[in-house]
Amino acid sequence: MSHGSALPAQRLDWLPLALIPAIALAALPFIPSLPTWVTLTVAGLAMGMMIFMMAAGLTLVFGLMDIMNFAHGVFISVGAYAGTSVLLAMKPSMQADSLAANLSAIVPAVLAAMALAGFLGWFFERVVIRPVYGDHLKQILVTMGGLIVVEQLIHVVWGPDIIPLPRPATITGSFIVGDAAIERYRVLAVLVGLAVFAAMWLILNRTRLGLLIRAGVENREMVESLGYRIRSLFVGVFIAGSALAGLGGVMWALYQESVNAQIGMQMMVVLFIVLIIGGLGSVGGCFVGALLVGLMANYTGYLAPKLALGSNILLMVLVLLWRPRGLFPVGRA
Amino acid sequence: MAEALLALAGVNTHIGQYHILQGVDFEVPRAGLTMLLGRNGAGKTTTLRTVMGLWQASAGAIRYDGAEITRRTTPERARLGIAYVPENMGIFAGLTVRENLLLAARSGPPEDRRLEWIFRLFPAMQKFWHAHAGNLSGGQKQMLAIARAIVEPRRLLLVDEPTKGLAPSIIANMIEAFRELKRTETSLLVVEQNFHFARSVGDTVAVMDCGRIVHAGRMADLAADDSLQQKLLGLSLQAHQ
Repeated sequence: MSHGSALPAQRLDWLPLALIPAIALAALPFIPSLPTWVTLTVAGLAMGMMIFMMAAGLTLVFGLMDIMNFAHGVFISVGAYAGTSVLLAMKPSMQADSLAANLSAIVPAVLAAMALAGFLGWFFERVVIRPVYGDHLKQILVTMGGLIVVEQLIHVVWGPDIIPLPRPATITGSFIVGDAAIERYRVLAVLVGLAVFAAMWLILNRTRLGLLIRAGVENREMVESLGYRIRSLFVGVFIAGSALAGLGGVMWALYQESVNAQIGMQMMVVLFIVLIIGGLGSVGGCFVGALLVGLMANYTGYLAPKLALGSNILLMVLVLLWRPRGLFPVGRA
Repeated sequence: MAEALLALAGVNTHIGQYHILQGVDFEVPRAGLTMLLGRNGAGKTTTLRTVMGLWQASAGAIRYDGAEITRRTTPERARLGIAYVPENMGIFAGLTVRENLLLAARSGPPEDRRLEWIFRLFPAMQKFWHAHAGNLSGGQKQMLAIARAIVEPRRLLLVDEPTKGLAPSIIANMIEAFRELKRTETSLLVVEQNFHFARSVGDTVAVMDCGRIVHAGRMADLAADDSLQQKLLGLSLQAHQ
């Protein structure tokens, strides 16, 4: 058989990746000092990593099942509250100047946040989302309704007041690198974010489950025709995505050092911007989009605070003018 | 006479408010290749999708290998041994050729002998083993779609317009590939608009019009009867050479 000339080699699409250093370098001349730029850059990367954790599940859920879940923020809120409850209950361990003691509070807090958010995700998928598959308008209405109900339940369980959440002793304070002060917590957030991204990358690219998820995002009907029950896969992804949002929630609560019932809802606009910038359904795009948004928010927050949110919308507009389906568009059938 | 591998009896399918299949009755034997012909909009693709369970029959019965499967889900039908190649090929563009085939092999990595056989049928699959499927040409994508459907032995293969948009030389390759497939234990039900292809590989034929089967019989008989072709299809195979 004749097959024509050889195919072009598959190359890494590095241009969107180059946007991250490009934005960082573009901000440099406007920041009065290098140490301030370093501090802002690390803060932006840390914020981006936390946004990525919160958004990763949402982009997979949309990509895999075409679900518009406006209630994703409640998984963030519930995770934040569950983690806060555990951390406050273990105050002595939190205040001890020992990493082991701090970890003995943080690890159960993170597990509780992920477990409760994951359980809520399972419940939400069965009760709220399953009846409205295939109908975007109903999905928006019913998930917004679910969000309001859960927010009110949070008021009932945890009360209406903002709950202060001091950080554990060993991750409070800053590292001094040269003249730059880099908050320890932000370094931790970057490391956790990188670990989550690496784990997701490995699962998606090195396992059969990941192969199924990637195929399902492209063409779920064909995955079913190959003999796989995509609904079961979707429920698993929904639970995992909710648990990740719970992890992001507790990380965000520790970042803000307080928690309130709107903590998740307040993030939703940013999460949707990240999803659209990255390309709906693309985990890699979500990662790059989150870092871009985190950096942009920190630079503009410092240079022109009133433009902080507007700057991310401007970023989204510019990205869409360049790539109308996002930085890393996912082929959909 | 042995029971047919696939039998549709009075199958109706609605898509929204449209009544597409209006009582389809036909059978696919346990061996060979059955062609499903008809004008555009006659209901051929809907028939394949209904057999695969991608659209549910609103009335009638579908029997496969002696058991009724009308209410079975698509994954259940696939696991019974039915494979499907849709009109748009349904390849996963972001996955490599290797990953497309690995995914279709449900019981584990494909056997070497099976892969070698597939590579003989479609050498491009070996050549572009690590290439992303989205980079393949139209003909190579069609080869991948068929290779994926047969990466493990299947009992019934449903193929929707395998020659659509392909160059004549690739169609000749496809004819050879389908002749080879007919020598296996797989029965084939193929929707096709290319009458030359249909006559070259079809053993039996069913012709659809307005959501019903209007003719069923041997492909050779239809190929030899110009007036019947004219009546059923609106043109003769002779005129299509």
